[in-house]
Amino acid sequence: MVALPVLDRKVIRDLKRLWAQVLAIALVMACGVMTLILAQGAYRSLSHTQETYYDQYRFGHIFAQAVRAPDHLKERIAAIDGVAAVEMRIVRSAILDIPQMAEPAAGIALSLPSGRKPAVNRLYLRAGRLPEGSRTNEVALDSRFANAHNLKPGDTFSATLNGKKLNLEVTGIILSPEFIYALGPGDLVPDDRRFAVFFMAQSAMEGLFDMKNAANDISLRLLRGACTPCVIEKLDRLLKPYGGTGAYERKDQQSHAFLDAELTQLSAMAKVLPPTFLLVSAFLVNMILSRLIALEREQIGLLKACGYSSWSVAGHYAKLVSVVALLGVGIGAVAGNYLGKLMTQMYAQYFSFPFLVFDESPDLYLIAAAISLLAALGGAFSSIMKAARLPPAVAMRPPAPPRFRSFLSLKSRRLRILSQLSTMGLRHLMHNPVRSLLTSVGVSFALALLVSALFLTNSMDHMINVAFNKAETADARLTLADDKAPEVLGDILRLPGVLTAEAYRREPVILRFGSREKRVAITGRPTNANLSRILDLNERAIEMPHTGLMLPTHLANQLGVTPGEMVTVELTKHNSIIRQVRVAGTITSYMGLSASMHIDALNALVPTGPRISDLAIKVDRTRLDDLYDAVKETPGLGGIAMQMLSREKFRELMDESVTSMLVAYITIAVIVAFGVVYNAARIQLSERGRELASLRVIGFSKQEVFHVILVEMALIVLLAQPMGWLIGYGMAAGMIQGFASDLFRIPLVVLPSTYAIASFVILTAALACALIVRRRVSNLDLIKTLKTRE
Amino acid sequence: MPTPVFIAEDVTKTYTTNEVEVHALRGVSMTLFEGEMVVLLGPSGSGKSTFLNILGGLDNATSGTVSFMGQNLTNFSESNLTRYRRDYVGFVFQFYNLIPSLNAWENVALTTEIAKDPLDPKEALELVGLGPRASHFPAEMSGGEQQRVAIARAIAKRPEVLLCDEPTGALDTKTGTLVLEALQRINKELGTTTAIITHNTAIQQMANRVYVFKDGAIESTHENEAPKQPSEVAW
Repeated sequence: MVALPVLDRKVIRDLKRLWAQVLAIALVMACGVMTLILAQGAYRSLSHTQETYYDQYRFGHIFAQAVRAPDHLKERIAAIDGVAAVEMRIVRSAILDIPQMAEPAAGIALSLPSGRKPAVNRLYLRAGRLPEGSRTNEVALDSRFANAHNLKPGDTFSATLNGKKLNLEVTGIILSPEFIYALGPGDLVPDDRRFAVFFMAQSAMEGLFDMKNAANDISLRLLRGACTPCVIEKLDRLLKPYGGTGAYERKDQQSHAFLDAELTQLSAMAKVLPPTFLLVSAFLVNMILSRLIALEREQIGLLKACGYSSWSVAGHYAKLVSVVALLGVGIGAVAGNYLGKLMTQMYAQYFSFPFLVFDESPDLYLIAAAISLLAALGGAFSSIMKAARLPPAVAMRPPAPPRFRSFLSLKSRRLRILSQLSTMGLRHLMHNPVRSLLTSVGVSFALALLVSALFLTNSMDHMINVAFNKAETADARLTLADDKAPEVLGDILRLPGVLTAEAYRREPVILRFGSREKRVAITGRPTNANLSRILDLNERAIEMPHTGLMLPTHLANQLGVTPGEMVTVELTKHNSIIRQVRVAGTITSYMGLSASMHIDALNALVPTGPRISDLAIKVDRTRLDDLYDAVKETPGLGGIAMQMLSREKFRELMDESVTSMLVAYITIAVIVAFGVVYNAARIQLSERGRELASLRVIGFSKQEVFHVILVEMALIVLLAQPMGWLIGYGMAAGMIQGFASDLFRIPLVVLPSTYAIASFVILTAALACALIVRRRVSNLDLIKTLKTRE
Repeated sequence: MPTPVFIAEDVTKTYTTNEVEVHALRGVSMTLFEGEMVVLLGPSGSGKSTFLNILGGLDNATSGTVSFMGQNLTNFSESNLTRYRRDYVGFVFQFYNLIPSLNAWENVALTTEIAKDPLDPKEALELVGLGPRASHFPAEMSGGEQQRVAIARAIAKRPEVLLCDEPTGALDTKTGTLVLEALQRINKELGTTTAIITHNTAIQQMANRVYVFKDGAIESTHENEAPKQPSEVAW
């Protein structure tokens, strides 16, 4: 066995002696390393998986829809400069009737070319085979829907397509890069049970939808370095005569946009959380090492007197700190790796990737180790330098006694409010104001973490309440396969179980203001709408004005337009007719970016005359099954969105993810709070052991002596509360900003109960620390403490 | 006949550390009377501090009995001992043990706040000659001044006994004399029974009685008919 240098043995023994404090720091550091590896690792794995999947399955770069584009257009599109591949297909909505499920499922049917693989958006075949060109009733079904209903190749289900009821046979189970995140009409979150994506042979779709040699959906892949806006412009020009609604790029494709938003959040988490943990641990290292060096002053003097250089003394303490940091890195790396894989798998399942490319990223671990070491050594720097600079003769003399100021000393002693014990606690606190403040900031950070996690439930509840109880109160929404004359409303009212129905019109448009433009839809709303209402900025339902556009604030901000100004409206479905419309006002909307207009005003704007495209209905819940049956049989219905079900599904998913997130955040916050409070208390105890022993000798009880420590700890923790609430509120606001997208925005709502719960958790952790410290106070060795020279 | 304050009978103390038994006291018997001043002499490790700690309720005897004004201390619980120290005992140590965050007045007030019939802190400070230094913090005072604050703190509660472990051990002759004068003045004016541990054999001349410890037992004892003033003691 190689003999360890004596100074290294001291490192090992010091670590053993200080194990509890070492562990507390290492755990805080581990949180930093863990969040870095977890978030960054999951981010890398997922974006790598996404990239590989997109590449291997040729996910499109540009997408466009038209009313009816003839197949011969394909050559002209392919000839556009920069286009690598073109695929033209038929895409239509469908209503599915699944045995054992009362309510109809919404579906989307897409055509597959015969005899060849698609040039863009290929399918990953999980089981079975793709439909054959000669068969009209074969489908390849999305794996999530198939799983939810236990459908396998060979099974059948019925569906209504273009008003025709068909019996379809599943030949294959597939995944598509276009539907990594598959959202049904009117849904807030994916619902595998109620939304299906399926593919049929081109010839079958042509026949069903009367689209011989034509398509309504075009996807392109581009060559590397192609000019995307140029291609979009040329494609729009080609599609315009055929009802082209305007091409868009990948970032506007729904599935990709959702996935991208999720990845952005992960990478934001990897950037924000780890540095904060590392800062806290650097502070803890600083606090503990400076005390250790103060205690070992004489030993340092002795080492130097024996001939050890300043550098070897500095190196000794640097080693000690490095071991603590590496311990944290070790724990964090193992936890981060494990949780990172778990999280990646969860994401993969949620997003339906056919495979996972795990990015092991050894560099990530090296980076984590390097920055943790840097943080720890940074925290230790001033103390280490102090040890290195201490001249041996000075070191071997005891330090000068600490000087206190007569803070809190009242002139008239008869007017004293505070006991001497409380005065002691307060003066000690003020003796080291920077340290006390930093300790408080450390605790407030733990509190802020909790607030920033807990508030999400408040915000979500508020959002659901506003969206479902104030704005959208319909039980379901029926989408028409094609826009129809308003008379359809009567037919819908005659459906069994329908109590009331309101007709809405939806027009895809491009809004322009100055140089800014946004591709959105305008919803035409009737007078006295009750089932779908617009809300003013105070979230109160208001009547739709008869003229002008109402814009959600998020959209108005993006366009830079204010009420009273005119915006240009391009009606993309109607030969791109241009109209000028005045902005009548701004409204609150947390979901989507849809602009609103009175339906009469919208009907007047569009040359086709009055039309409706969907209906909001209230239903008699006892007659739901009859309604479901009727919807499955009614031709002309494109789909049904069960808002009452999607509300529940949303709640369920939120509860699930919020619960696991809360557990993680509470654990981390408790670790941080405990690490900070425990270390602060231990240092107090170490600095003041003599004082406390004196008090015990004078005749103060253990409880009274503990009170001295408690006053200081309590003040630090109490001061941390308002700071933590404030920082937490700031973090919550930052998160809300980060989450905001065109798809949805979360309102910032932090209820008093959230602050209370967060404070309760932190105070409980602090109290647990206090109890541990109380035991140490009780076990103080009076004689030994008092008879030694400080 | 003066009243006995402490009666210690056949007190032993054995420490067991790392399986090695150390016999700190091997059967010490001693009676301290009200108002007297005794000095405990002896080399390091002779057991005098251990004995004083047992008298003061900081430590328990392994065997034997110690009674304080008729009460058996050896049966006292932890909280009873705290109560006992709070009400009856004043301690003075070699290293002062003042609270650095409290000034002189406040250090004394620390005990007067919890005592039944205390002196005014100012009065206690004046008794040790530190009236004008009341608002000074420990870091602003000399060693001798700090030790006198410690004495003022110990006697402010009018304790029955004052136990001093090497009170002049860290001081030079001149300041040491000031400290001893303070102790003698308190012994005389307040009638506090005082026990002083010291290495310094000269100090024995100011005591009523002197006990010499050796190897955990009392080696010899003698009385001074005419105790001297600290200023008359040459050391």
